[in-house]
Amino acid sequence: MSDSAESPTETQKEDSQPPTDDSTTNEEKKKIDVLLKAVGDTPIMKTKKWAVDRGRTVQSLSQFISRFLKLDATEQLFIYVNQSFAPSPDQDVGILFDCFGSDGKLILHYCKSQAWG
Amino acid sequence: MADDKDVLRDVWFGRIPTCFTLNQDEVTEREAEPYYLLLPRVSYLTLVTDKVKKHFLKVMKAEDVEEMWFEYEGTPLKWHYPIGVLFDLHASNTVLPWSITVHFKNFPDRDLLHCPSSSIVEAHFMSSIKEADALKHKSQVVNDMQKKDHKQLYRELGLNWYRSADKFDQFWAMNRKLMEYSTEDGGFRYIPFRIYQTMSDRPFIQKLFRPVSPDGNVHTLGDLLKEMDPTALPNDGVVFNIFPPVCLRRSFMSLTLSLCFSLLSSLFRRVSRPR
Repeated sequence: MSDSAESPTETQKEDSQPPTDDSTTNEEKKKIDVLLKAVGDTPIMKTKKWAVDRGRTVQSLSQFISRFLKLDATEQLFIYVNQSFAPSPDQDVGILFDCFGSDGKLILHYCKSQAWG
Repeated sequence: MADDKDVLRDVWFGRIPTCFTLNQDEVTEREAEPYYLLLPRVSYLTLVTDKVKKHFLKVMKAEDVEEMWFEYEGTPLKWHYPIGVLFDLHASNTVLPWSITVHFKNFPDRDLLHCPSSSIVEAHFMSSIKEADALKHKSQVVNDMQKKDHKQLYRELGLNWYRSADKFDQFWAMNRKLMEYSTEDGGFRYIPFRIYQTMSDRPFIQKLFRPVSPDGNVHTLGDLLKEMDPTALPNDGVVFNIFPPVCLRRSFMSLTLSLCFSLLSSLFRRVSRPR
């Protein structure tokens, strides 16, 4: 799929991950499962579940979603945790996963307008 | 609890004497004098630097002015970190006044978030409060608060309290709600905290941490640091350099400073500096 060709660091969950043999693999290098849910009239993504690097920032994830949805450069995208707060764009998703993940995945809502204050 | 209040006041009223100088490469019509300001520890750079901006704009042409940003010894300063955290993180060994360079060109997009208006700061501040409340009370308190309460919280932090000392009590009248917990719960669900490290390219450490251990002991600041980074203690001068042992033994239950992420993180840096 050419759509995902521009997202080098994400892999669709459906593709099984090759096991990393790298013995130096530490916690930072692992990927986490992120479930992306659209809010309101924001387009949904066909693939909702993604394996994302722990060190990936919210901003970079947001840019990926914008590209995936082919949003205009002028359109904003807001990301929410717990359907409540917008994490800082430079925050790592790994940290959000540690603090707000449940059942082995982090659920993030995305929206083209401010959904929760 | 009395001494807690003293600590709270110390943090709240903490000021950092700062000298702002214009970056040499900026185009000016005449020489720009430096500008001196007492920066409040508990606020954000973009909220308290209107005067700095005005001062330098006087010697510049409008077409040479883009978004203002700040730098200390080559490091762009993140406006969304509390000022106290920025100082402790980058400049705690510096000679005062803290010397900050002001830029109006070449905004470093890779390092800094844009801040076109103070509403961005407000959104960031409220998100921190909500994030902390999600950890403390499963977001119940913030959800029960009304929009006008949110506004008041922000106003007290941001623009107005800077001019008036009595805002401390007003802020706490509101903030007390965010710090409450029922005695049968025995405390918050989790302690909201962030640990910033000077020698790390990771932004900060943030994990789930309960105020009480499984066997019923009240966790202390020392317990937290040990759990988050066992290499940092004891006597590690590089990462934490915790000085007063009394702070390490203090329990979080009495440490009511965790009014939001910002303040608790400030505190971490404060106690980490030898007096």
